[in-house]
Amino acid sequence: MNVLMTGVGGQGIILASDVLSEVMMRYGYDVKKSEIHGMAQRGGSVMSHVRFSREVASPLIPLSTCDILLSFEELETARYVSYLNKGTHVIINRYRLLPPTVIAGKEPYPDITPILKEKTSRIHFVDGVALAEEISNPKGVNIILLGTVSTLLEPEEALWTDTISDMLPAKIRDRNIEGFRRGRRVKVG
Amino acid sequence: MKKILSGNEAVARGAYEAGVSFASAYPGTPSTEILETIAREYKGIHSEWAPNEKVALEVASGASYAGVRAIAIMKHVGVNVAADPLMSLPYTLTRGGIVLVSADDPELFSSQNEQDNRHYARFAKIPMLEPSTSQEALDFTKEAFAISESFGTPVMLRTTTRISHSMGVVETGEPREPNTPSLERHPAELVMLPANARRRHPVLEERIVALKGYADTSPLNRIEMNDPAIGIIASGVAYQYAKEAFPGASFLKLGMPYPFPDAKVREFASQVRELWVVEELDPFMEDQVKALGLGCRGKDRIPICGELTPDIVKAAISGAGTGKAAQPVLPGRPPSMCPGCPHRSMLWSMKRNKCFVCGDIGCYTLGFLPPLDAIDTTLCMGAGINHAHGISKVLGPGTEKIAAVIGDSTFYHSGITGLLNLAYNRGVALVVILDNSTTAMTGAQNHPGTGITLEGQQTTSLDLETLVKALGIEWVRTIDPYRVKEARKTVKEGLEYDGPAVIISKSPCVLLKSRNVSGRMLSVDADACTGCKVCIGLGCPAIEFQDEKAHINEMCVGCNVCAEICPADAIGGDV
Repeated sequence: MNVLMTGVGGQGIILASDVLSEVMMRYGYDVKKSEIHGMAQRGGSVMSHVRFSREVASPLIPLSTCDILLSFEELETARYVSYLNKGTHVIINRYRLLPPTVIAGKEPYPDITPILKEKTSRIHFVDGVALAEEISNPKGVNIILLGTVSTLLEPEEALWTDTISDMLPAKIRDRNIEGFRRGRRVKVG
Repeated sequence: MKKILSGNEAVARGAYEAGVSFASAYPGTPSTEILETIAREYKGIHSEWAPNEKVALEVASGASYAGVRAIAIMKHVGVNVAADPLMSLPYTLTRGGIVLVSADDPELFSSQNEQDNRHYARFAKIPMLEPSTSQEALDFTKEAFAISESFGTPVMLRTTTRISHSMGVVETGEPREPNTPSLERHPAELVMLPANARRRHPVLEERIVALKGYADTSPLNRIEMNDPAIGIIASGVAYQYAKEAFPGASFLKLGMPYPFPDAKVREFASQVRELWVVEELDPFMEDQVKALGLGCRGKDRIPICGELTPDIVKAAISGAGTGKAAQPVLPGRPPSMCPGCPHRSMLWSMKRNKCFVCGDIGCYTLGFLPPLDAIDTTLCMGAGINHAHGISKVLGPGTEKIAAVIGDSTFYHSGITGLLNLAYNRGVALVVILDNSTTAMTGAQNHPGTGITLEGQQTTSLDLETLVKALGIEWVRTIDPYRVKEARKTVKEGLEYDGPAVIISKSPCVLLKSRNVSGRMLSVDADACTGCKVCIGLGCPAIEFQDEKAHINEMCVGCNVCAEICPADAIGGDV
């Protein structure tokens, strides 16, 4: 399985992909994950490749082989369209962070749906921000959407929540488990 | 125990399991997390930030001379700085194992060039190991120390960004007992004056021949025979890409690509019909295959520039396309200095004085981007001051205004000698030292100016102004970069001064707790705003321009610089 997570710096993508990787290792798979850090400061594009199966060679997902694309920002989804195929599930957080040229009024924020529809019809928008507000955890969108993605994967809920419990500091543990469960109730299959 | 570790974390774990006693590094992407992990997780290892990579390798070699295992860690261009000790170190006696980690950056994710440091192994005549997974990063680090002690040589462990920053499942082991330090005198092997070095050179040549024999028999270099139609020689992450693209092909996987295992390569070549060499950057292995008189394919189809991917490797060998997908045209998100960054206002003040600005390596290099357009040269760590001196010397007095900017950590790394030169050779240029009390670009590491060591101990804190004066600079001003009017005026005075001038622009990085901003958001009075765009010229991500007016968004941290420069006095707030 190839899962691509995309968004902008500061959205908690690294943590979400860390949790996914740990769960899949505990489930018994070989796991590789690749991302670039360094100049990806707040507001820059961020992507994380997570791959798991009996044995994984490349840490990078080959083009057209992504099974699930989880995007935390609308425009960033379209940047990785070359990884998609007609079976790819695309889960998009309904959130826009305007890039500098859009802020400066030099170009419009693009409509991404037609770009994605050329590749797959399995496109699901999820209002992560509203769900996070619903459970009073505005910073919890990353784990909520991981909960939504988890419904497309094999491990049962307990392995996910146990792993989150082991990986997160005590003071944010319970609210993220609550967020994970809330995200898991969103139907995208 | 199984864990998911990045390549960098795995090297740190490998150093721990190898019984390393001493570790030194200068921060540099993609290598930084190795020493940070050692300092955080393996406190039995004495770990230090060095002011530069030459110091890091030299203190590590001192530790090795005292009998313990030592590791020096740096990014690829850092090895250039450490090249002086590196070239002579293999002549000297190795007591405790010594390993140099070089983290290369194909694709230039955060670097000024794309050099291939495998050449340094051949240049210095030392063995080089190249891991292709996190597990190998751990195992090869241990193996590097074993080779170092058994052959009496420094060893290079070479990673790339994809190895350093990718995560994978790792089986960890138990640590080896560290060596006991002791002092021994071996002047004939440790004092590299000509008579001794002349005797040591043949030792080095014999050693590299012995290591070639080791490379031929070591399990680090292994043949994986499958379909003999295509045989691929590969190392590092390129091996994984080739394996992904051609799982049924035969492989010669080189974990130790230098010295080159000639016999094993001949054996493999004789068993396959079409021989390929798959490697990132230069044809380092391919040239050595060809030197054996063997026919092979490689860089005639595989790009030298940029990093590889499974698709690029597949396209190259199958002869179909480039392996690169057409990208939709979308608005970009270029990196920029953070909202409230003290560098922004200082660069703006310089730009407003219409000077030529010789830049350096750090966050402020981003001041190159529009709308600031404030950086005119950037070459390598410490070069900016010297550029300014060279340019101003040949242009002569009273022509152009020449300035240099350099960060505090970069100044300690390699700017001090440049400033000494500027003073000694009677240069006329303004040097602005952007002192934000940290090594910001690589994630806020301590340095000799912060008063705290890597291990968290209090230490001496260098007094920058005293140092600058001691180097021979008489005109020195320390200013607060957020007070823009004063900054601009001081820059003007510095540029007009007939001699070397230094401004210390002092304010902590806005990502530090000690930052000197209010944290409260400013706002624009829409009635007062004339839409003149002066504030937009700062390039601050917190200022937007819509409907002919400036707007301040929630990224604002209240540095107040835009309010100070607004000609209409339209920006304010609770600061």
